[in-house]
Amino acid sequence: MAENTLYNKVWNAHNVGTLPTGQNQILIGLHLVHEVTSPQAFDALRETGLKVAFPDRTFATCDHIIPTASLERPFADSQAEQMMEALEKNTEDFGVPLYDPPTGKQGIVHMVGPELGLTQPGMTVACGDSHTSTHGAFGTLAFGIGTSQVRDVLATGCLTMDELKVRRIEVNGTLADEVTPKDVILYIINRLGVRGGLGYAYEYAGEVFDEMTMEGRMTVCNMSIEGGARIGYVNPDETTYEYIKGREYAPPEDEWEKALAWWKTLPSGEDAVYDDVVVFNAADISPMVTWGITPAQSVAVDENLPRLDEAEGDLKKSYEEAYAHMKLTPGQKAVDLPVQVAFIGSCTNGRISDLRAAARVLKGKKIHPSVRGIVVPGSIPVRIQAMKEGLDRIFEDAGFEWRQAGCSMCLAMNPDKLQGDEISASSSNRNFIGRQGSPTGRTLLMSPAMVAAAAIAGHVQDIREINS
Amino acid sequence: MNDKSITTLKGTGVSVPGNDIDTDRIIPARFLKEITFARMGEYPFFDERFTQEGGKKDHPFNAPERQNASFLIANDNFGCGSSREHAPQALFRWGIKVVLAESLAEIFAGNCAMIGLAAVTLSPGDIHEIQKAVDDDSSLELTLDLKTKKVSCGGREYGIEIPESRRKALVEGTWDSTALLLSRLDKARATAEALPYMNQFNSL
Repeated sequence: MAENTLYNKVWNAHNVGTLPTGQNQILIGLHLVHEVTSPQAFDALRETGLKVAFPDRTFATCDHIIPTASLERPFADSQAEQMMEALEKNTEDFGVPLYDPPTGKQGIVHMVGPELGLTQPGMTVACGDSHTSTHGAFGTLAFGIGTSQVRDVLATGCLTMDELKVRRIEVNGTLADEVTPKDVILYIINRLGVRGGLGYAYEYAGEVFDEMTMEGRMTVCNMSIEGGARIGYVNPDETTYEYIKGREYAPPEDEWEKALAWWKTLPSGEDAVYDDVVVFNAADISPMVTWGITPAQSVAVDENLPRLDEAEGDLKKSYEEAYAHMKLTPGQKAVDLPVQVAFIGSCTNGRISDLRAAARVLKGKKIHPSVRGIVVPGSIPVRIQAMKEGLDRIFEDAGFEWRQAGCSMCLAMNPDKLQGDEISASSSNRNFIGRQGSPTGRTLLMSPAMVAAAAIAGHVQDIREINS
Repeated sequence: MNDKSITTLKGTGVSVPGNDIDTDRIIPARFLKEITFARMGEYPFFDERFTQEGGKKDHPFNAPERQNASFLIANDNFGCGSSREHAPQALFRWGIKVVLAESLAEIFAGNCAMIGLAAVTLSPGDIHEIQKAVDDDSSLELTLDLKTKKVSCGGREYGIEIPESRRKALVEGTWDSTALLLSRLDKARATAEALPYMNQFNSL
């Protein structure tokens, strides 16, 4: 097993002890709660007369079901309204702070934690959402859990867990122009596969991650789960500390130096031992686009889709299943893939840098008349910042709808959905069958700038040719 | 051992072939808007079982002879994607008590363990053999023995893999972990007090 990695240090610091089964009792330092995976857990506490054990380490927001067209209450969808009311009652009854729209701080749960400065190096972070791995960008062990585990964390502050193996993924060199963190993680998943991370935490390291912004690191860690790794992290450094400083829940000035001193003990040591190490070259990574029904089914944008005669056995079967759903032609050029819907947003790419990148492409342009486009900022603070910069005008002038903050069409639990077999260019994280709200809907994952470019052309475009 | 102890399970099987079957396919997100799990048993594989007009599609979960199946036999990376516990809840409430797979997604496997759904892995060759046997005979009885770590069916035995701690939790009936963790809350508080970020960074 790995030794002296950040994973081992943080795991050990939170390991309360070994249980009779041999599992470990792991303390959760930050528990983030949202409306969809928590109501049954709060009800379980109610039924057994339990309290929230660590209310000051528990924070809630609403994101999955929230409508993005109008926040007027009651919500038009009665189920969404009921879910929102349950969250309001549960957080009130159990003394958990709720960052809902009137606070001006609401957003996708994985945006809210970092924005408030709640997410800090060395923590364990749990949330009933698989994209909790996002918080690993800060050098935390952050992972998604199910509702029964939400119940356990609420009631006891702990989870029963087994230790993971650690794989170091180094990407060295310099990324070419227009190659974004989204392309980096799509490339990694393409190479290691959607099952490659089973049993592992991923440590992202090397020159590319050293140079990457916090927002970029969040994009990469966010999609760790799409590669099968429940946890992905980057060792904290000056970039991390700079991001946290001054935020609402950041250590105050008189604790800052002490916090820094602890944080600096956390990164994996020179003598760290890994269960596996994989090294990639930044120069090999191009802007990526998915064509299939798993996030590993992707190609560089200037390539052709795989031909069926290139594959055999299980791989061929998975290609056939993907092509049957996607109604695309094996061997066709990626830049010819049609696009009818453009979605910019999600916990993967709904941050201010993502909106700036998309706006840069769209400025002074119009999206194709047959494309409908929506921009959904990941949080209210991102929305406000974007409007200060005039990005909303750029999007609207180009023909996009400018929406309220939430998860939206990433998983389509609100009214934002694909219709029929519409094909979308999406800055989100999953191209699973039915993911965007229509059982026959189709999703092409790519970076926000590539979504913008595809919206203009009505088909996938190579961003390097647009921005050159 | 207690009344939640799960050692031996018997039943007939249903195969759902295919790799990387994600939890959006097991239960589409629109069914997650219910605030209880009570009706989840109506929804497993919904969009693969029903047309948008409500007609039945050809799917193993729709086959009349599979309605009492309690063993689900799946392939690689079953349950990948979203952490929604609604997925194992939907399978469990439909009647599935055992998942046999080539491999299981991490969060899905953890969620199964939390609700007492025995999810174990077998070699690809054994899974294919069991799938074929189950597909050929809907009345074939399968037995999972968590003590001997074997699945038997049709006169054959197959070795299973399951993390030892998870196996013990099922066998000893401690998979419903709240009570156990509650009994150790004082220890958790002691660990919390020693963590720098919980004590104003004074414990460095």
